[in-house]
Amino acid sequence: MSKRRIIPGFGLSMGFTITYLSLIILLPLAALFLNAAGVGWAEWRSILGSPRIIAAARLTFGLSAVAAAVSVVLGLLVTWVLVRYHFPGKKLLDSMVDLPFALPTAVAGITLTAIYGKTGWIGCHIASAAAWIKTTWQPTGWLGDQVNSWADFGAAYSPLGIFIALTFIGFPFVVRTLQPVMEDLGHEIEEAAATLGAGRWTVFLRVILPLLTPALITGFTLAFARAIGEYGSVIFISGNLPMKTEILPLLIISQLEQFNFKAAAVIASGMLVVSFLLLFIINLLQRRLDWQNR
Amino acid sequence: MANLQATTESKPVRALLIGLALIVLSLFLFLPLLAVFAEALRRGWEVFFASLTEDAARSAIKLTLLTAGIAVPLNTLFGLSAAWLVTKYRFKGRAFLISLIDLPFAVSPVIAGLVWIMIFGAKGWLPPSRMTELLAPLAALAAQAASNESIGGLFEGAAAWLADPKIVFAVPGIIIATVFVTFPFVARELIPLMESQGSDQEEAAVTLGAGGWRIFWRVTLPNIKWGLLYGVLLCNARAMGEFGAVSVVSGHIRGQTNTLPLHIEVLYNEYQFSAAFACATLLALLALLTLGLKSVVEQLSGPPQN
Repeated sequence: MSKRRIIPGFGLSMGFTITYLSLIILLPLAALFLNAAGVGWAEWRSILGSPRIIAAARLTFGLSAVAAAVSVVLGLLVTWVLVRYHFPGKKLLDSMVDLPFALPTAVAGITLTAIYGKTGWIGCHIASAAAWIKTTWQPTGWLGDQVNSWADFGAAYSPLGIFIALTFIGFPFVVRTLQPVMEDLGHEIEEAAATLGAGRWTVFLRVILPLLTPALITGFTLAFARAIGEYGSVIFISGNLPMKTEILPLLIISQLEQFNFKAAAVIASGMLVVSFLLLFIINLLQRRLDWQNR
Repeated sequence: MANLQATTESKPVRALLIGLALIVLSLFLFLPLLAVFAEALRRGWEVFFASLTEDAARSAIKLTLLTAGIAVPLNTLFGLSAAWLVTKYRFKGRAFLISLIDLPFAVSPVIAGLVWIMIFGAKGWLPPSRMTELLAPLAALAAQAASNESIGGLFEGAAAWLADPKIVFAVPGIIIATVFVTFPFVARELIPLMESQGSDQEEAAVTLGAGGWRIFWRVTLPNIKWGLLYGVLLCNARAMGEFGAVSVVSGHIRGQTNTLPLHIEVLYNEYQFSAAFACATLLALLALLTLGLKSVVEQLSGPPQN
């Protein structure tokens, strides 16, 4: 570090950046963690072990994972079509993919509820299909409950609705991570595989997909991390039924409304630890990718 | 054409894939957009305009503009400073600093609001009572200034706030929560851009005797203006549309601490669907405008690097 810095402004930019970062991000996060740390171990366990929180955690993490996985499939399809094929309106579609990023979550929430609820454009078909299934097969157990709920409310107020909202906000992450990688993919290896007699499907599975896997995993992780914390686009369509369609971020708010600051801090810290771990994994993957491309 | 055949799919497969992608995109992108406007106009234009011009809607729009008007410039300043720091110099902890900048992306909006309650809430580090104590000297000064006949009007607002310095469940809380959530946007756009442009031009300017500010205004800024504009647009879209974080710190006081997204929620929960969607059209138009400007910016700045 003995080399003199040529461009002026190091002290000023360092000072401002660190001060601002500390005041806006680090200090508040530290306040949260210290609050949670002040709660004893036994209380941590009793808060995180309560049935309502376990149900919410299972719902949040489970549906986020399923939605991220479906986002990967949909994202792969959309990216493939956008990168490889030419058709009218492609440019418009490409720029529209970012809509879920740009559309405020509350707007997305009420709109998805309107579409997928019982009276909505798609929800009415879900409801009638569910009603038909109900009368023909009379499913019981968990599935029976779901079908009953779909028949009564469409996709709203059920895990299906939450899944739809989480997929909506998740799939642009996959497209935007995958797109640059797919654009850089040369045709040479595919040609080589074809000259060796591989069919198109084999080339996709054995040659293209392995090259895309790191980007797909990054996209999955980004969509998953976003889904865990998602609030606005979910709470309208979920209906927030305790033990059934309550997500973790909503539980934080309901703890706050009961002036239960400790519990809110504990749940939030738990969620943050998971999110930071995911971010850490993305960083590792990214570094690995950069190293591979070198 | 034989070559082309080997690296693409047969026509029916292509048509099938394009068709499937179009179905996915219309279900997820076009249908929601269409639905916002259809629901908003369900009860006619009169209801639509009435919902946008009623007092609560107006004050929500005002507060949204105020919030973005403070959060966006602050985070733009930070973005420029942080990008300058991590792209023009090499120092220990640089990679760590870059990942810290991304941190708010990994934080749930609800938690972004909660952290401020942990500081400024009744049981936080700086509860309202402590703030009143701390700011008492300033409050006395402001009260004095406000009682002055000639310039008093300028200080009335400050004096009123300092006498009862509320942060959470008041407007300042909404602003700081928004600052937290929109923190990385400008820096995120600028860092890769400035990294790819390198520092050669700035170093040349130094050898020609230019000072730091001059280099920034005359050399760096013209090079990054489109990326900067795009970062500001994204930051603004999120600032105006943020819901979860401001919902936690707002206290939902109608006409005082409701931003546009919060106002939409209130209307929706009161079953005033048409009014809720009418206000939602404003934010949907903002989203469309942001996406449109993004395409324009991308075209002006040429194909993206890397």
